[in-house]
Amino acid sequence: MAYWLTQTFNGLTFGMLLFLLAAGLSLIFGLMRIVNLAHGSFYLLGAYLALTVSQLTGSFLLAVLGAAAVVACLGIVIERLFLRRVQNQELPQVLLTFGFIFVLEDIALWLWGAIPTLLEKPVLFAGSLQIGGIVVPSYRILIVVVGLLIAAALWALQSRTRIGAIIRASVDDEEMARGLGINTPRMFTWMFALGCFLAALGGVMGGALVGMYPGAGFEILVLALVVVIVGGLGSLRGAFIGSLLVGLLDNFGKALFPELSLFTIFAPMAIVLAVKPTGLFGRA
Amino acid sequence: MLEVEDIHTYYGDSYVIQGVSLRVPEHAVVAVLGRNGVGKTTLVRSIIGFTPPRRGSIRFKGVEISRQPAYKIVRAGIGLVPQGRRIFRSLTVRENLEVASLARPPGRASRWTPDSIGKLFPRLRERASHAGVKLSGGEQQMLAIARALLSNPELLLLDEPTEGLAPLLVRELHALIRTLKDEGFSILLIEQNLPFALTLADHVHVMSKGRIVYDAPPADLMHNEAVKSRYLGI
Repeated sequence: MAYWLTQTFNGLTFGMLLFLLAAGLSLIFGLMRIVNLAHGSFYLLGAYLALTVSQLTGSFLLAVLGAAAVVACLGIVIERLFLRRVQNQELPQVLLTFGFIFVLEDIALWLWGAIPTLLEKPVLFAGSLQIGGIVVPSYRILIVVVGLLIAAALWALQSRTRIGAIIRASVDDEEMARGLGINTPRMFTWMFALGCFLAALGGVMGGALVGMYPGAGFEILVLALVVVIVGGLGSLRGAFIGSLLVGLLDNFGKALFPELSLFTIFAPMAIVLAVKPTGLFGRA
Repeated sequence: MLEVEDIHTYYGDSYVIQGVSLRVPEHAVVAVLGRNGVGKTTLVRSIIGFTPPRRGSIRFKGVEISRQPAYKIVRAGIGLVPQGRRIFRSLTVRENLEVASLARPPGRASRWTPDSIGKLFPRLRERASHAGVKLSGGEQQMLAIARALLSNPELLLLDEPTEGLAPLLVRELHALIRTLKDEGFSILLIEQNLPFALTLADHVHVMSKGRIVYDAPPADLMHNEAVKSRYLGI
């Protein structure tokens, strides 16, 4: 019993981590129709930047904020200077964002080297708690809390604020939103930056959980893509449910059938796609 | 108010608008008639900036707008009521209206707010919290017009507003457009419903294959059987 509880909790933790990536990926796709393949690289960059900041300042909080802010600014530059030039052109977008994977991950390799590293957990969350007969690392609880807070904040932003109404309108019909006087290009930049911020936040959280190594960005990108495909592109609820699902599948797959661990993720994805091609919460 | 001069618009390689010129004077209703696929909606898309013309000029209140992004054209004072209404499907009636009023740059006064426009459209006020797309066709058309008004325009582009509406609603819409005209709006009305357009417009244009083939006061078109049968199929 304790084993199953522990595994379930681990799966949920990893799902929350995935959600930080998938939320941005899905939001960016819903608005701008861009599948940002470099999203995982923003994750990795966030983790490495946090490493540097925490070595310099010794503060985990500063590391989180600093890394996420730097990556968000980088996102603004990339969106303005590059992605905007290939608006509505799928193939150039794929090639461009794929190219950024190599550029960003090579920069990371050059600056931080190839040796796998683990971010130091914040002192406050370095221990563990005994909950209901199982031992739970308090850092994993922190990840769950951060994930839930971000999910709640994004939900409130989308459904309870005026900016949110504008975002939803633009997801529904971007051209019509422009036809009412909304400066959608500027909003795209801000939302892209928000997505990058969340990816970097995920990177920092993940950096102290699963660590950083060359290729880590690409690995998590693949899982985040599965999340948005299963959950439905452009849907926040889909990203949330999909993340928990993929987190659990990944964890139980690795724990129970280690030799089949990719199969346990991709087979359910194939089934979802066969039954509902738009994903669980996606629209045609 | 609006001066379109010899514009040429393409969708990729297809040459849709092949040299169109027209003017919408202040406080006037100008209609553009024509069958499906002659380029009427493309004309609207050219003016609002969705599909900018490759050549030619569009001036609004004397200012060239044909190279401006759509949101700036709207903010300059052109309101769009698009073909098919294009109500935002995940927004309520109220949110559909709010989005338009939020798009206005802060500090710019408007004639209407989402609340005050309820006086002009009482049924929208009753259904403020319904999903916009759950309204009937007629109500959706009213919502599309109310939404465009909230972007605070001086000129309205109405693209086939009577499409798919029952005769009773068409009459209601007719009265509304007359009211808007009396309020001082300039209106470019794209229509296939000939009697509707003829009774509202101060001037009519007939389009065929991307060009304007006839323009005259409505009374002239009413009696020109040759033009009506050749270009409008009546």
